[in-house]
Amino acid sequence: MTITVLYFASLREFSGCPREEMDATGIHCVLDVWRNAQEGRPLPPRTLIAVNQEYAAADHPVREGDEVAFFPPVTGG
Amino acid sequence: MAVHLFAEALDPWETLIRHQQGLTAGCFGATAIFVGTMRDFNEGDDIQAMTLEHYPGMTERQLEAIEQEAREQWTPEDALIAHRVGRIHPGDPIVLVAVWSAHRQAAFEACRFIMEALKSRAPFWKQERLQSGQQRWVSGNTSGM
Repeated sequence: MTITVLYFASLREFSGCPREEMDATGIHCVLDVWRNAQEGRPLPPRTLIAVNQEYAAADHPVREGDEVAFFPPVTGG
Repeated sequence: MAVHLFAEALDPWETLIRHQQGLTAGCFGATAIFVGTMRDFNEGDDIQAMTLEHYPGMTERQLEAIEQEAREQWTPEDALIAHRVGRIHPGDPIVLVAVWSAHRQAAFEACRFIMEALKSRAPFWKQERLQSGQQRWVSGNTSGM
């Protein structure tokens, strides 16, 4: 099972890459994705999450082919 | 209803005129417009430049959803959102929101709603470059209400 993980802005710098493909076998929710990708580093406070380009909570389930994104509070406009 | 992202210079007035030419004259009596422009100061520091990052795909979807919510609540004739991405400098326009409606109340309220929703939900991020050369991410938007 493969999922795509995206990082934006300060979380891109935190993670060291903008995008990665992950074998998500055994991964159930978004928080598992973060833990697996970041090797146990805690999710920074105020991090926002999107699954397939819709806002989601950390316990949102993850399925094959999903696009999971992590980013800081938005500052547009 | 339209959403436009500009990787190069955004001219809000030209964008506004071009969009309005596509509307039927006489169907609206009120046009409310908001233009946001880059300042040369923030949090006590002089700012030299800024880079606007976004999430291609999700940003457009969020802006379209915000327009749709405004349409359901105020039933305006039309709405337009235009936003810059990439590197900008003080004085450069960042965002344009325009709403055309039969009467001014719906135009004002929908324009305000779209702008505040964009500020809190649309995935854009600003990185400032200070006069000293230091770069920093803007930490969050303040409420405009």
